[in-house]
Amino acid sequence: MGILEVKGVNKRFGGLQALGDVNLSVKENSVHAIIGPNGAGKSTLLNCLVGKLIPDTGSVMFDGQSVLGRAPFEINQMGISRVFQTPEIFGELTVMENMMIPIFAKRDGAFRMHAYETVQNEKQIVEAAEEMLEEMNMADKRDMNSASLSRGDKRRLEIGMCLSQQPRLLLLDEPTAGMARADTNNTIDLLKQIRDERDITIAIIEHDMHVVFSLADRITVLAQGTPLVEDSPENIRGNPKVREAYLGESA
Amino acid sequence: MLGLNKKDTSLLLIVAVLTLLAPFILNPFPEGSAMAQFNAGYPDLMQRFVIFGIFAIGFNILFGLTGYLSFGHAAFLGVGSYAAVWMFKLISYNVIPAILLSVVVAGLFSLLIGFISLRRSGIYFSILTLAFAQMSFALAYSVLSNPKFNLTNGETGLQVYADDPQWFHRANAPDLPHLFGVSMRSTYTMDVGGWSFDFNAGYYLCAVIMMVVFYLAIRIFRSPFGMMLRAVKSNQQRMNYTGLNSRPYTLAAFVISGMYAGLAGGLMAAMDPLAGAERMQWTASGEVVLMTILGGTGTLIGPVLGAGFIKYFENIFSKINDNVLHSWFAFLPDGMEDFMVFIIHPFIGKGWHLTLGLLFMLVVIFLPGGLVEGGQKLLNWVRGKRKDKKTSGKTEPAE
Ligand SMILES: Nc1ncnc2c1ncn2[C@@H]1O[C@H](COP(=O)(O)OP(=O)(O)OP(=O)(O)O)[C@@H](O)[C@H]1O
Ligand SMILES: [Mg+2]
Repeated sequence: MGILEVKGVNKRFGGLQALGDVNLSVKENSVHAIIGPNGAGKSTLLNCLVGKLIPDTGSVMFDGQSVLGRAPFEINQMGISRVFQTPEIFGELTVMENMMIPIFAKRDGAFRMHAYETVQNEKQIVEAAEEMLEEMNMADKRDMNSASLSRGDKRRLEIGMCLSQQPRLLLLDEPTAGMARADTNNTIDLLKQIRDERDITIAIIEHDMHVVFSLADRITVLAQGTPLVEDSPENIRGNPKVREAYLGESA
Repeated sequence: MLGLNKKDTSLLLIVAVLTLLAPFILNPFPEGSAMAQFNAGYPDLMQRFVIFGIFAIGFNILFGLTGYLSFGHAAFLGVGSYAAVWMFKLISYNVIPAILLSVVVAGLFSLLIGFISLRRSGIYFSILTLAFAQMSFALAYSVLSNPKFNLTNGETGLQVYADDPQWFHRANAPDLPHLFGVSMRSTYTMDVGGWSFDFNAGYYLCAVIMMVVFYLAIRIFRSPFGMMLRAVKSNQQRMNYTGLNSRPYTLAAFVISGMYAGLAGGLMAAMDPLAGAERMQWTASGEVVLMTILGGTGTLIGPVLGAGFIKYFENIFSKINDNVLHSWFAFLPDGMEDFMVFIIHPFIGKGWHLTLGLLFMLVVIFLPGGLVEGGQKLLNWVRGKRKDKKTSGKTEPAE
């Protein structure tokens, strides 16, 4: 039994079968990559895991509990954090505030009316946020408006925000998309460090095969909404079916 | 001080000094001088400044922090006024129970309306609040004022009559709203040379309450709760995927701002024991939006400035008439004088809305941050000039 068990998931958008009978099992403390051509349904699958979409049929179990029918904030409180394909941060807030919010959410739950305290006096939270910024190499950007960060830094910040909650499952949707080579390598190093130092399971969607082969323990190939194969990186590399799925797409 | 940082403490102190000295500051021109009509230091108007200041401070907690634009907040103000007048009718003319009940009733009412309206966001939320406020207006204006069940006294407005019970009224207490015997209308007038300054009990009650709620607003702005409200405005999607439920946060902000509005309505009734349905009309809801935007949305002091600005214009510009204009331009040759009066005429008197509209457009286009941004730019400009002088004396300027 994996920490995440997806069974028989179907999702239709009108006439389009975005997901067709998807089965997926992610082992605890592993890195599981999901690859596939554009429009294969990778993001749709993630949306079904975090409560953004509800599958038409099938089940999604996290740590033995169903996530279906729960609101996104409840699923996050269960221990799943998600990094989006385009960075989702609080653009009008400072980098530090961005980092504190998820830590507050972890400590205080979905809602708490702490209207008379002062943010700066929450020593534990401030410390934890500063530590996380340090770990993300962003301490010097602490008081910057987060909207003015570079794309790479926004992504780093978002990953840091997710990690600060100590999730059990981290979902990454193309974390290196649109990044320069150097930034991509930094991100790979960062993710390796996370994988090695934390008790965490990572599911990652990625187009960049360099990233995938550097990190993944298992790879699932998705094509037209259906898993084609699931195997170890070595076997995926030489698999002709996988080649075909990608080449067929680009032809 | 009081758990605030240095900057906020000085802001609070400045506001405190300005409100306490308002009778002097707002009456800079000697009685009987030509400029005396620009004086704003009379009790009625000063009361309105702070009451609408409170209304706008509360509105800004919702709109400035969460970005949810309510077009129905006048309903809570109106409900507050009705609640206060009912306390006068049933209990006594003491303002304390009246003000307390107005806050509580407005809070409950906004809980109901907020609970329903906050199911939608953006323009749909605004329209829902507008619809609720217009329904409340209709209820107050006609439905809830029939002979069998007369809650609002319809067109006439709710007021206190001689045969009202007033169970706790004591014979020696004034027959007008009072605070433990001190009538809200009692005014001490100080004459100094040509000047005359009014110190009104009602004004000072409102001023002290405004300082308290302004302080509370600062606390909310600096609290984790305030930060969450700004997160709602910035990115609700990220918020929900961060394990936070944005709905109770927005609802709490909505109720708090509704209570501020109810407090303002209660104080209005405490200054003048009357409540009419027109207080709930959509124009009144729109006014507080204008105040907040004009002063500076999301800033602490902006809404107060915006409220003062609009109320000043409403009361001062609307009083200028053609005779006054003629006396201003009397030094010009006759034809020119008539021409100037003709040009300016549409913008004064009843036309003050036109002036306000133009000013509002100018602010929104050139100072999106409102009067506060204007003030900051001015300050930077003055500072820059001073610096220039200093540096140019010593070395050649950079560049
Ligand atoms: N909300 C939606 N409504 C309608 N169609 C949708 C919706 N979301 C996704 N789709 C469609 O479903 C298919 C799968 O989309 P999805 O975003 O999951 O692909 P993807 O594998 O993430 O692709 P990419 O690599 O480009 O991100 C696409 O054809 C897309 O147009
Ligand atoms: Mg995608």
